[in-house]
Amino acid sequence: METLMSILVGILFAIGIYLILTKTLLRIILGTSILGHGVNLLIITMGGLKKGGPPLLGIEDLTYADSLPQALLLTAIVINFATTALLLVLSYRAYKVLGTDDTEQMRGTENE
Amino acid sequence: MNNFVILPIIIPIIAGMVMVIFRKRIIFHRYLSVCSIIAVGIVTLLLILQIDQEGVQTLQLGGWEAPFGVSMVADMFAALLILTTCVVALCCLLYAFRSIGQERENFYFYPLFMFLITGVIGSFMTGDIFNLFVCFEVMLVSSYVLISLGGTGNQLRESIKYILVNIISSFLFLVAIAFLYAMTGTLNFAHLSIRVAEAGQDGLMTVVAILFLIVFSLKAGLFLFFWLPGSYSAPPTAIAAIFAALLTKVGIYAIIRVFTLVFYHEPEVTHLLIGILAGFTMILGAVGAVAYWDIKKIITYNVIVGVGFILAGAASLTAEGLTGSLYYLIHDMVVKALIFLLGGTVIHLTGTSRLKDFSGLIRLYPGLGWMFFIAALSLSGIPPFSGFLGKIFITRGTFEAGFIWLGIIGLLTSLMVLYSIMKIFINGFWGTDTSEENEKRTTKGLLLPLGILTMLTITLGLGAEGIHHYVDLAVEGLINPGNYIEAVFGTRSVH
Repeated sequence: METLMSILVGILFAIGIYLILTKTLLRIILGTSILGHGVNLLIITMGGLKKGGPPLLGIEDLTYADSLPQALLLTAIVINFATTALLLVLSYRAYKVLGTDDTEQMRGTENE
Repeated sequence: MNNFVILPIIIPIIAGMVMVIFRKRIIFHRYLSVCSIIAVGIVTLLLILQIDQEGVQTLQLGGWEAPFGVSMVADMFAALLILTTCVVALCCLLYAFRSIGQERENFYFYPLFMFLITGVIGSFMTGDIFNLFVCFEVMLVSSYVLISLGGTGNQLRESIKYILVNIISSFLFLVAIAFLYAMTGTLNFAHLSIRVAEAGQDGLMTVVAILFLIVFSLKAGLFLFFWLPGSYSAPPTAIAAIFAALLTKVGIYAIIRVFTLVFYHEPEVTHLLIGILAGFTMILGAVGAVAYWDIKKIITYNVIVGVGFILAGAASLTAEGLTGSLYYLIHDMVVKALIFLLGGTVIHLTGTSRLKDFSGLIRLYPGLGWMFFIAALSLSGIPPFSGFLGKIFITRGTFEAGFIWLGIIGLLTSLMVLYSIMKIFINGFWGTDTSEENEKRTTKGLLLPLGILTMLTITLGLGAEGIHHYVDLAVEGLINPGNYIEAVFGTRSVH
């Protein structure tokens, strides 16, 4: 299961990086979002998948699952969500003000 | 356990949230922001005295014992940086009152400023590497909004680049944390230090260490600084000054913390790499500072040189080098804020940032001119100002550690820094006055924060003896990770 997950994480990373390297702003933002999902899956895989029962009092089991990566993941998802939302709004505003969503045409320091 | 430790984080965040509720009351925002920064400063001062007497102070949040809960740790290193943060933030706030403009004030400038300070102080104080990530994000998200606040074309263009670079580096940070957790099974700094020391820092661990180095380098502007000159010259002066003074320093703090507390077992790989990157950073930064004829560009490239120089001291991993790094870190926070505010004032007065378009400012504004002169000398480490001592210690540290080339690069680049900043002084302040009489603009209210920072750089230079005791204590804590670990775990033995 972990191996399969690692391959999936690799594929997500590849797609994310490919999209980030393109020129259109929206594709770049989608790329960061997909990269973020890859990172989240990586965190959960690193804690080990399906190791035992839920770590709650009153549940008898031989081993218990590690709950820390899930807590980390939750925080990471929230932060990822917030920054993606901010970036989307900002890129829309940039498109309105600068008149383009092509990063190639956004270069330069003129039209202040 | 000391509940005092949480106050420097709690005060600004609560102040920020209260301000969001009372959105329209700008005067209230101003008073509350100044009061809360001063309150944090006083608390930190008390904390420093306490650390001096009783050793490192810790707080286990929610009463959960160390490796399980989130610890806040205030050692002398962090406390000194927090105190400097408060002074710098206060000066930038005072400057912002006069310069930031009503529109930005109406759109949450002060609350965002408070959240930024919360993130910075939180990063200095946290004892948990995931919490460090969270505090980084608190700081970065506020900085995303501050940098784009106003929405001019240039700001939007630069902020998109800035945000993208930082988002990607945050993902790399998470990847590094995930690998570290898989290998050590813990995220607490003190516990990490124990586990890494026990298991030995093998090749895989060193790779993770270098991944952390890449992440923090992106934030600190160590070699990977391509995003820095553009984004630091886009926002208005007060915001650019607080960015230059604090944001890169948090990255530097993270590098020093992680590479003295956790990954200090393979200095011939990791610390040599930091040294090489620091050397390149200094050279490239200095070349940029010398090459441009634009005030904003010159001073932003000077930020990069400063980053390289501080980390040259950290790369040596000797007591002398780290002492120098800490002295220079404190000096750099003060003087970078000062030089950015001065540069911003010059641009405000002349209406242009191109050096060739104005001259003879010192005739109309003698106070400003002399402060710029002092800042320029201090920036390049001329005695008796504050940069001198740090420069000596760092150079001696690098020589002691055998990085003689690094020390020489440091000294040569200080000359280039001196040239680049004197270029502004000679071209902008000397010479004949080109402006018409009726063009004189007011500097009223802008000179007070500049004066405070100038006095501070003089006092830090002349009175360096006074803080030497505290700096020594901080460096001792960095050299012996045992103190930190003991403070977090108490007398319990943890494996």
